[in-house]
Amino acid sequence: MSDHTGPQTDATADHRPATSATTAGALGGSPARQPPAERAQPPSPGKPVVRRGDRLFRAAAVSSGGLIVGIIAAIGLFLLLQAVPALRVDQVNFLTSRLWNTDSLTNLRFGILDLLLITVTVSLFALIIAMPVSLGIALFLTQYAPARLARPFAYVVDLLAAVPSIVFGLWGIFVLAPALYPVAAWLNTHLGWLFLFSRRAGAPSLQGGGNLFTAGIVLAVMILPIITAVSREVFERTPREQIEGALALGATRWEVIRTTVLPFGRAGYVSGSMLGLGRALGETIAIYIILSGTALSFSGSLFDGGATFASKIAQAAPEFNNPTLAGAYVSAGLVLFVLTFVVNAAARAAIAAGER
Amino acid sequence: MARRLDLEHVNIYYGNFHAVSDVSLMVPPHSVTAFIGPSGCGKSTVLRTINRMHEVIPGARVEGRVLLDGEDVYGPGVDPVDVRRTIGMVFQRPNPFPTMSIRDNVVAGLKLQGVKNKAKLNETAEQALRAANLWDEVRDRLNKPGGGLSGGQQQRLCIARAVAVAPDVLLMDEPCSALDPISTLAIEDLISELKRDFTIVIVTHNMQQAARVSDQTAFFNLRATGEPGQLVEIDQTQKIFANPTQRATEDYITGRFG
Ligand SMILES: Nc1ncnc2c1ncn2[C@@H]1O[C@H](COP(=O)(O)OP(=O)(O)OP(=O)(O)O)[C@@H](O)[C@H]1O
Ligand SMILES: [Mg+2]
Repeated sequence: MSDHTGPQTDATADHRPATSATTAGALGGSPARQPPAERAQPPSPGKPVVRRGDRLFRAAAVSSGGLIVGIIAAIGLFLLLQAVPALRVDQVNFLTSRLWNTDSLTNLRFGILDLLLITVTVSLFALIIAMPVSLGIALFLTQYAPARLARPFAYVVDLLAAVPSIVFGLWGIFVLAPALYPVAAWLNTHLGWLFLFSRRAGAPSLQGGGNLFTAGIVLAVMILPIITAVSREVFERTPREQIEGALALGATRWEVIRTTVLPFGRAGYVSGSMLGLGRALGETIAIYIILSGTALSFSGSLFDGGATFASKIAQAAPEFNNPTLAGAYVSAGLVLFVLTFVVNAAARAAIAAGER
Repeated sequence: MARRLDLEHVNIYYGNFHAVSDVSLMVPPHSVTAFIGPSGCGKSTVLRTINRMHEVIPGARVEGRVLLDGEDVYGPGVDPVDVRRTIGMVFQRPNPFPTMSIRDNVVAGLKLQGVKNKAKLNETAEQALRAANLWDEVRDRLNKPGGGLSGGQQQRLCIARAVAVAPDVLLMDEPCSALDPISTLAIEDLISELKRDFTIVIVTHNMQQAARVSDQTAFFNLRATGEPGQLVEIDQTQKIFANPTQRATEDYITGRFG
């Protein structure tokens, strides 16, 4: 990484006061090229010389960066303004209640706890399945597969990302769910004592499969191409010298991967996974089709039904005829918005901590 | 334990491109052999053939025999991984594993061979770093990443990494080309010391360096562009520099090349 920033630092160091001179390249290279005019009137320490091109570029970069931040802030603000009136008249605690009853405008009772738990559970479940599979595919494609095979295979995986969510939803409930039934039944019979695989009366039937188990596996398939694509990109960039260094020490293929490819690509793999998690958290229509609604509150089991933030909002969208009612759902959207931010921040922190 | 190396009628290809033609030479144990010659004549290619690094390039192949104490490293049933453990290599550009600590870099090869004993690893790390003339500079920061060293230090770290596994032969491809004169001298001194334990082959573009460190020198050349590179002559270093048999060799070392 420092390889890429090095030359840029050199270029700008010429224009900066001497205190910020950084690399040997800048020190060794610039004095000879320094035109005499510049030496005659050295830049005063308070006012660094900035060339016009740099200034224009800086302005462009700052304004587009600012624009993005502005848009995000505006979305957050919009959500907040819409949510506040509904939150004011909420009869239960918004953060800790499992209720979601918006039938009567004079008696709104809505809390996000179940939505949050279901959203997080199904997304993490998907991530736990997708991460190792993607890692395997990315390593296979970049390190093991012959080029003749790797290209079409990578293409097929990328194609998976182009399949519309609605198709995944239909496939999940009509094809995958019946196919998964034996697995689900086995897990429920043998591991049913564990909360993850227990099934209460009133939860969606195992045959139907309208539960988090099916939804999570469909989500895993949906986020697989993103994680794979990002990981593949970084694994491919592992410096040739490092791979050869490991080989020359007598490393086997797997040892080369362990000593060079994985340490080099780890940050990219984690970012890719977090992108995937972000997609899973926000996935709407596939979940909406697969998950059956239920009167029960969420117990932590994969064989529960229910709704995620996104599917709950989609479900109610046709009835947004009143701003206060809509506000209840917007506030759920706001939490989802914040959740994805937190996930991204956490991922960044994890990567930064890993690099130290 | 240093061992003798023989190349017999070695032809080297990159796909259909015939890069090096019919090289035969002998490297005695406990000696330093320098490969010199113009850019693109196949010095690195020959070097990488010796420890079977050539074949990791898709389509690359080798004909002929490379014998280590009489045993063909390309023989049937010989695992290239074992060959590379016996014949170590130092590259032109320092390539320590950047995220690994200095100590872990040095013992990376041992760890690959399954050595787990902490005390043994630490001891070897110190020995190898001392052998590479780096110990005094890094003894206080063995746990810092290897990527944080200067270029010259990184190159000595790579040498330490290569000698830590106690190979029989050490191949060095322009190990000093990215270094300042002081680091270069340090590495040349090191080579003279390492000769006691290893058989060394070094590629260099620096005539003085070849003259200073090597016992015998091999001169490679291209007859014409597009033609395969070939070994013009190999002889005692003094003889090559004072009184070469081939006209091309004399032209090259006196700078009348081309
Ligand atoms: N990976 C490769 N694929 C195809 N051809 C290659 C490859 N590496 C080297 N060659 C070719 O093989 C020939 C010999 O290259 P080699 O790197 O061995 O030269 P060299 O003598 O080491 O040169 P230098 O002194 O510049 O390092 C050159 O013609 C080069 O273009
Ligand atoms: Mg070379």
